[in-house]
Amino acid sequence: MVTVQEAPPVTAPARKPRRKGDGRAAALYLAPAGILLAAMLAYPIYQLVLISFYDYGQPQATGNAPLVFLGFANYTDLLSQVQFWTVLGKTVGFAAACVVGSLLVGTGLAVLATRVRALPRALLFLAALGAWSTPAIAGSYVWLFLFDTDFGLVNEVLSGIGLPFEHHSWTFGTLGAFGLVAAEVIWCSFPFVLVTMYAGIKGVPDEVLEAASLDGASTWRTTWAILLPMVRPLLMIATVQSIIWDFKVFTQIYVMTNGGGVAGRNLVLNVYAYQQAFAGQEYGLGSAIGVVMTLLLLSVTGLYVRSQRRSAAWL
Amino acid sequence: MAVAVRRPGRLIAEVSTVVIAGIVAFPLYWMLLSAVKPPGEIQSANPKPWTLSPSFDSFSRVLTVSGFGRFFMNSLVVALVVVALSLVLSFLSAVALTRFSFKGRTVLLVMILVAQMVPVEALTIPLFFLMRQIGGVAPAFGLNELGSLVLVHLAFSLPFAIWMLRGFVAAVPVELEEAAKLDGASRMRFTWQILFPLVAPGLVAVSVLAFIHAWNDFLFAKTFIISKTENQTLPQAILVFFKPEDTDWGAVMASSTLMTIPVLVFFVLVQRRLVSGMAGAVKG
Repeated sequence: MVTVQEAPPVTAPARKPRRKGDGRAAALYLAPAGILLAAMLAYPIYQLVLISFYDYGQPQATGNAPLVFLGFANYTDLLSQVQFWTVLGKTVGFAAACVVGSLLVGTGLAVLATRVRALPRALLFLAALGAWSTPAIAGSYVWLFLFDTDFGLVNEVLSGIGLPFEHHSWTFGTLGAFGLVAAEVIWCSFPFVLVTMYAGIKGVPDEVLEAASLDGASTWRTTWAILLPMVRPLLMIATVQSIIWDFKVFTQIYVMTNGGGVAGRNLVLNVYAYQQAFAGQEYGLGSAIGVVMTLLLLSVTGLYVRSQRRSAAWL
Repeated sequence: MAVAVRRPGRLIAEVSTVVIAGIVAFPLYWMLLSAVKPPGEIQSANPKPWTLSPSFDSFSRVLTVSGFGRFFMNSLVVALVVVALSLVLSFLSAVALTRFSFKGRTVLLVMILVAQMVPVEALTIPLFFLMRQIGGVAPAFGLNELGSLVLVHLAFSLPFAIWMLRGFVAAVPVELEEAAKLDGASRMRFTWQILFPLVAPGLVAVSVLAFIHAWNDFLFAKTFIISKTENQTLPQAILVFFKPEDTDWGAVMASSTLMTIPVLVFFVLVQRRLVSGMAGAVKG
């Protein structure tokens, strides 16, 4: 059912001599997207940084009190909070678990998919497409229901085989809650890795693999020594995309742990920033958290840009 | 790829593939099953993995009680408008960035790459204030209006969409353009009548991702649509049935199913092109 078509060969466009009117036409073509991105992305980033330097609460937001410039006070405030460091640590740990999980599952299944006939492969891809297309909020609810304390199938099955899981609450403890959310996140994000890596493996020329097999290399050895190095650029992209997605999970944490859990035990940075800003009406502090998040992710971007630059003639 | 074909291991591999496919699909099966279980069976301490008397009680509860149809239409309108606009805007940008040579092209490409990495969720606060301001000038795009959601989702899908289409546009041979020019086609005509249909797989991938992005959104709808409840989108509609102490699981599963179906249909319709589109994009 699912087949990977040959992707168009992406080559850098030949350097053409600049034609008359190219600049003007380009400006016209780029204007709609450019204006929108400037207004909805660039300007808000500037505003985010600006707000993070002010004491910006509800009175300031409604214009009933003058703005007080704080400089880096929101940041020093944030960095001296024990909770911030705990949340940061949990965010990084949670994201790392999700990234590693989806990469392992996705790549493993991609390798498996190349080893089987069309029908089992089609079933696997169909199931993966199903998980992929499930909206985050629907996925969160289904997983919550499966692991529900009283009505969940998982507790029923586990206690049915004699394990002490009767009325076990998966979302009460930090580890259980994060583990459950991570499982849901991996479930809906591994398909991207699967599809990407499957396309990558299919792109490896048959001759290379045949040569290896003629030389007597084992399947295992071929996978590790030939396949993986050849698909490394794609693996890199899948990794960075996963880091970016998993670091800023909001819906799943918010829904599955009911807004970050009792006393905010299961918060990640995103939900933390949201709560500081919109529930606590500390927009300045919330913005500072946003800036920290952005800086962290942009440093990952640096990695991505470098890998892209090295992997192909991309400009 | 011909490795390991005809080895005895293949049967094991195929059996495990099918088992894994079953595990991956199981939550979806459970969602559908719970949505059609009769009221007595859903909140049961001994949940059964089948039902002998399927009922549409949960669906009718969802569809009649909550104005679900309205929320569904809101989500659909936002997602479809975002898809249509992002197709046109990202295509135009991709054409400019690949087929025209002009000063600052490289800088723009790097900026688009970086824009993909900005954690848009972190921008909720300034966007909230921005939408309040816009509401004063253009009410249809301000807080509490669906236009505000269209604007943010459009902006957030564009960088990746442009990046993705770039590879497809670049793959169209330059000779084709020159031939069209010799035949007297204007640049505009070439762009829309020749280039646009040729990059269809890329456009499909772009539209799927833009659709999912807008359809899934929970955070921005939650933040922007505050007082005008009739403008809320699907995720809020489901939230109504979900209360930590007293959840109507049948209704939650039925509405989750209703929310998943459009995406699933969209996905299955375009999956071949989507897969090649993704491959083209990540290779680009």
